[in-house]
Amino acid sequence: MAQFAALLRKDNQPVRYLVVDDSVFARKNLMKMIEMFGGEIAGEAGDGLTAIAEFNRTKPDVVLMDITMPQMEGIEAVERIVRQHADARIVMVSSVGYQENILAALQKGAKHFVQKPVKPEVLYEILRYVLSDDPTAAGAPVALAGEHRS
Amino acid sequence: MRMELIQPFIDAADSVFSETLQSPAKIGDLSMDENAYRRKGVAALIAIKGDIEGRVILDLSPEVAIKIAGQLAGMEVQATDQVVRETVCELANMVIGNSVTLLNDQGFRFKVFPPEIHANEEGLANSVDTEALVLCLETPCGEIYLNIAMHYLHRRSRERDTVPAVS
Repeated sequence: MAQFAALLRKDNQPVRYLVVDDSVFARKNLMKMIEMFGGEIAGEAGDGLTAIAEFNRTKPDVVLMDITMPQMEGIEAVERIVRQHADARIVMVSSVGYQENILAALQKGAKHFVQKPVKPEVLYEILRYVLSDDPTAAGAPVALAGEHRS
Repeated sequence: MRMELIQPFIDAADSVFSETLQSPAKIGDLSMDENAYRRKGVAALIAIKGDIEGRVILDLSPEVAIKIAGQLAGMEVQATDQVVRETVCELANMVIGNSVTLLNDQGFRFKVFPPEIHANEEGLANSVDTEALVLCLETPCGEIYLNIAMHYLHRRSRERDTVPAVS
């Protein structure tokens, strides 16, 4: 299994993630990767409405958000979260990766997109990018591009 | 049903199973079905609406679902109805999501809905203009069936755009 240098916050604490997906398996899979990246699970949710409540409760560093979900879809949840928290860092994670979906999510405030099935090395690079763009993670001791080891 | 609608499902299934099961899927059998759909195991149905309309069903036995669940979770999992349903829905999401992404790249526009477990023994008859393609995929965990029934509702946007004006 690939090993990854820990992605940490500027204060050297683990990055805290909120994982949102209506599939328990998808959440578990993402949480397993977060563990590989040295992160911490702040919370999880199975739909957009619960995601908003969990975001307000846990104030995570990064949200991994599915798009197609019951009750409230991921893109609407992104819009509502970003309206209240302009600095929220949300990465969309979906099996439906067509341009309209990606553009809609980015326009509502998502920072990036990754298609399922998620490859750990792809998610790792995206998280590095998303965290490096953020002042709280600037200077975090993360690996350089391509530095993760197999 | 036209090949341009079928190939993305084959490609997506191959890609998803290669990644999740660490082995490519082999097409075991391919047939057209004009009769009402009868499930073989536990089936998840995903509806598609837009330039193409219809539905895709992913169907597998509970035993196969449990084996795949173990692969997805990276450990042995307890065989419960909940685990079986979750596995079938997640596989359907990934295969169909990747398929419609490929179709979208070809210019088709549509919306995909969350999967629903189809528990009826019969039902979901194909409409007059929609015949179903039944695709059996052989994986290391066992057979997985894809039942695809779709028809064109609109011409693709790029075809619409190139239709000359009639004077």
